[in-house]
Amino acid sequence: MRTVSYIQAVTEAMTEEMERDESVFIMGEDVAWNMMGDCTGLVEKFGTERVRNTPISEAGFVGAGAGAAMVGMRPIVHMLIAPFMYVAFDQIVSIISKSTYTYGGQARLPITLRAPMMYGVSNAAQHSDRPYATLMTIPGLKLIAPATPHDAKGMLKAAIRDDNPVISFEDRSLWGQSGEVPDDDLIVPLGRAAVRREGTDVTVVTVAGAITLGLAAAEQLAAEGVSVEVVDLRSIVPMDTETILDSVAKTGRLLIADPAHEMGSVASEISAIVAQHGFWSLQAPIARVTTPHTHMPFNADLEKLLLPNADKIVSEVRALME
Amino acid sequence: MITVDDDLLREMYRRMSRIRKFEDTTKELLLAGELYGAFHTSTGQEASIVGSCMALRIDDSMVGTHRSHGHPIGKGAQLDRLLAELMGKETGVNQGKGGSMHLSDFSIGSLGETSIVGSGLPVATGAALAYKMRGDDNVSLCFFGDGASNQGTFHESLNLAAIWKLPVVYVCENNGYGELTSAKDAISVEDISIRAVGYDMPGVTVDGQDVLAVFEAVSEAVDRARRGDGPSLVETKTYRFENHAVGRLPEHYRSAEEVEYWRTERDPLALFRQVLIERGFDEQQIDDLDAAVSEEIVAAIEFARQSPAPPPEAAFTHLFSPSAG
Repeated sequence: MRTVSYIQAVTEAMTEEMERDESVFIMGEDVAWNMMGDCTGLVEKFGTERVRNTPISEAGFVGAGAGAAMVGMRPIVHMLIAPFMYVAFDQIVSIISKSTYTYGGQARLPITLRAPMMYGVSNAAQHSDRPYATLMTIPGLKLIAPATPHDAKGMLKAAIRDDNPVISFEDRSLWGQSGEVPDDDLIVPLGRAAVRREGTDVTVVTVAGAITLGLAAAEQLAAEGVSVEVVDLRSIVPMDTETILDSVAKTGRLLIADPAHEMGSVASEISAIVAQHGFWSLQAPIARVTTPHTHMPFNADLEKLLLPNADKIVSEVRALME
Repeated sequence: MITVDDDLLREMYRRMSRIRKFEDTTKELLLAGELYGAFHTSTGQEASIVGSCMALRIDDSMVGTHRSHGHPIGKGAQLDRLLAELMGKETGVNQGKGGSMHLSDFSIGSLGETSIVGSGLPVATGAALAYKMRGDDNVSLCFFGDGASNQGTFHESLNLAAIWKLPVVYVCENNGYGELTSAKDAISVEDISIRAVGYDMPGVTVDGQDVLAVFEAVSEAVDRARRGDGPSLVETKTYRFENHAVGRLPEHYRSAEEVEYWRTERDPLALFRQVLIERGFDEQQIDDLDAAVSEEIVAAIEFARQSPAPPPEAAFTHLFSPSAG
């Protein structure tokens, strides 16, 4: 075991997969310049062919990733930040998500899009989106949001080896956090949630960076005698509904903490699933701590007001316990 | 001049005839209610398709458009599985999941067709990127229409291919209309090939009704790509004989005289027949080629009609590829 940061874990995952398989390469804006700090050492090791800077042409290079994948490569496409996917939306939806299906299984699309999410740092509405819920509505895409260095490495490696398109939503609020990562080859299968803290009174499901808030809230509530089970969703599609339902069956209460906008969110989807399949376990209404249905303002205080935090979770859990 | 021997001439004619008869048949079956869906036929564009496809090797890849019934045929696909696909049958190339606007046959290098105008350009560019990175000597060919030349993906793709010197040939089939709007009203230039200048690659416009002219221009571009000298843009001036979508829309945007002119004076099959005669073929030899194609069509219809429909559970298969890493 070693202790590494989330961002180091991401770099290790890419490095190891590029060493292992020559068909793996990374492309995106300024990847060879290591603009985000997550490609440290890659260009020195693999050169500019496999660590390929692209022009600012998201539709072009995302679609080129799809074409390269269709003829046998395994591209990692770096989106720089998640909202830049909007520029390439037709390629993601019409080509990447649909080609395997539409062509009756003839096309394989082993492509990984890395979509770091940068919010809560005063970049205003256009740069701050967490668009996984938008993409969740599209069949044919796997969506992950690893929340620990261990998963950042193991799930990204699993994504790169998967024969299907995977979009990895990396929460940049987690990039600096450290955690233990095993020394040997680490693969974390996609599609499974992780119980990060066991509890008996209320289930808190967290999405992406909300893990930090959920664990902090659980610690605070423990001091008040409330036992919180924290479930890190980590894979959005496929979603591990079994782990969530099992937890709710045990606790009888559910809160979902999701940094994205509330309407049509992952939190909404989990709410619907539990209302439909876990209704008789519930002792209280389902609670959601999300971002309200408005845009991210530039003003730091206003932005902070909107985003989930541990206090909001604590206060909602208290209400559930009444 | 590239030399084209009799066998090649015969095969060119055969493929053009296969496309024409396939399309005549699909139109008939559509109007009779046996086929369904939005239906954009390749009729009139056979020379552009075949001249381009025959410049490729079987292991080279190609991406089509929403108007691409003819393109897999040009590349050498079997007719029966294409027709079965148009009937939504389980034996179709896409097992009934793609239909008219998404015919694909990966076994002959047809990497699919896309019904969002311009969306195939990055895909073809990416296939070329893969070939170059692996050191393969394959070429990627991208068909698109005049309408697609106004999409951002056209410009982004040509720029990527130029800066990375990719083995890709962009074939713009300029049939004069993007949906119902004339290219004259929608495109800033008379010849789309001039847009190649902006991307520092060769651009050439050829008569898209002349299969040999298309074959020569595209062969030159393919050779250049295979040599490692980078991408090219070839514009074929062509015409679609049918409406934008068969049997669906008004056709008030173009005159009956214009359509009649192209059908009588600029029919690529009639023009090529003349060339064949000049090259020493006799009428009977050409008629025999047509007759053999007609037999193939009859067999394809029979195959498609007899094929089973996909079972209900097929709606859920192929959402993902089976193997995971």
